[in-house]
Amino acid sequence: MLKDITLGQYFPGKTVVHRLDPRTKLLMTILYIVALFLAKGWIAYGVVFAFLVMSIALSKIKPKAILRGMKPVVIIVVFTAVLNLFYTSGTHVIVKFWGITITWEGVETALFMVSRILMLISGTFLLTYTTSPIALTDGLESLLGPLKKIHMPVHELSMMMCIALRFIPTLIEETDKIMSAQKARGADFETGSIVQRAKALVPILVPLFISAFRRADELATAMECRCYQGGNGRTKMKSLHYGVRDMVTLLLGAVLVAGMILLRSFGI
Amino acid sequence: MAPILEVKDLSHIYSVGTPFQHAAIEHLNFSVERGEFMGIIGHTGSGKSTLIQHLNGLLKPTEGSVYFDGQDIWKDKAFTHSIRFRVGLVFQYPEYQLFEETVYKDIAFGPKNMKLDSREIDRRVREAAAFVGVPESQLEKSPFDLSGGQKRRVAIAGVIAMEPDVLILDEPTAGLDPEGRESILSNIRDYQKAKNATIIMVSHAMEDVARLTDRLLVMDHGGIRMDGEPREVFRHAWELQQIGLSIPQVTRVFLRLRELGVPVDSSVYTLEQGVQELRRLKGGQGTC
Repeated sequence: MLKDITLGQYFPGKTVVHRLDPRTKLLMTILYIVALFLAKGWIAYGVVFAFLVMSIALSKIKPKAILRGMKPVVIIVVFTAVLNLFYTSGTHVIVKFWGITITWEGVETALFMVSRILMLISGTFLLTYTTSPIALTDGLESLLGPLKKIHMPVHELSMMMCIALRFIPTLIEETDKIMSAQKARGADFETGSIVQRAKALVPILVPLFISAFRRADELATAMECRCYQGGNGRTKMKSLHYGVRDMVTLLLGAVLVAGMILLRSFGI
Repeated sequence: MAPILEVKDLSHIYSVGTPFQHAAIEHLNFSVERGEFMGIIGHTGSGKSTLIQHLNGLLKPTEGSVYFDGQDIWKDKAFTHSIRFRVGLVFQYPEYQLFEETVYKDIAFGPKNMKLDSREIDRRVREAAAFVGVPESQLEKSPFDLSGGQKRRVAIAGVIAMEPDVLILDEPTAGLDPEGRESILSNIRDYQKAKNATIIMVSHAMEDVARLTDRLLVMDHGGIRMDGEPREVFRHAWELQQIGLSIPQVTRVFLRLRELGVPVDSSVYTLEQGVQELRRLKGGQGTC
């Protein structure tokens, strides 16, 4: 049920991808996204896709897990595909009915958009699947470090993010529990009109919010009891170090982006 | 007559096809008779909670089936839904599921889902509130203004109001003070007597389990380790301790007495039995 939602979930492992510095992985994800948006023709998409497949293979994450994570975005993908299919004007008309024309260009754009969204999502999933939330926020804090100079509360922000990520599974579990309990009292979430279904959510949302606030309160007390005072003068148990593999990976990323720019300039 | 609940070869596996796949319960077989007060004990993670969620159709068995009154509870969708009203399940810490503006409305949530008319709902709410000792004056209050123990009572009343034939409670007394525990347990007893209901109680409090139940199911690593009357089960005190469970204090005292060479029966599990046993030893004279 809800437990099967894999968004933001971490799959522990010991592969090269898992052991990369979180900063490298964050930068790589950004480079990957840039490359993906620079890609224009099928060859360019093919290169980015090959890069994605290689990374997934290296991480030993089962493709099934990544596909399952895409379930929630199916609607968005279908919506994008349909919009592009019908609203792209072009010269090579395939079919024409009821005032709707589908052009060869429309099909092509739709396919491009769909593969772009899917590749974007699987790439970012790879980041959260192979990086523990703590490593991820550590990396982010370190990358954003320079912003401290302009008095950005970088540590506090990353702490907030860390806590938010940490509580996703807890809240999912809690939702599951509350749903079961209300179902045990005969609540029905699956049938009825949209209004009825929205109303049926009240018995879940009210207890969920109350418990989230209670948890937040308890966590704040617990942190204060351990003298948490924010980032000033705080040291890390695991400090981050760039290694050879990080350099190689970043170089690969740079080559990928450069390649995309090159391909784009040739118009393929 | 068929037993009220029958579990046949029941298994449940969580997260099939992910790295987190594991079997919570494996090949369970037992049946529960009408009017029985059954206790389920077992260490954390032994599969108790998974098991009880199968008994009212919240979880679908990976393998095997559950029969209510001789009928498979998964035979069709409407039947599964109706089972939820006939097998009432009170979760652990049920007070965290309260959501309505008033205590009355919260208790009425179950009966309302049963599509009963408003007079019947009113009767059930008041009766359920009375069973668990929630005074009339509190019915119009917000459940969030009550104390922890009171909230727990309201939550239990919410399930009792459906007047289920089988009432399942997962650690109904966890985190309550002795007085609150005592009164909730006697409320449950009252309900059983009044409605001739079947009760299944999951608990870690061995004293309560020993005193109240007619039958005990001991779970260990997703399987049933023992199934019998409390006296029989507590006779295997050593085995219970092996799987990480405690035994009633008085049983422990009598076991030790036996070790010291006093000729007592060590299957004693309530204080009354202990007193009786000691009296017998003294030849029926004096008080202890």
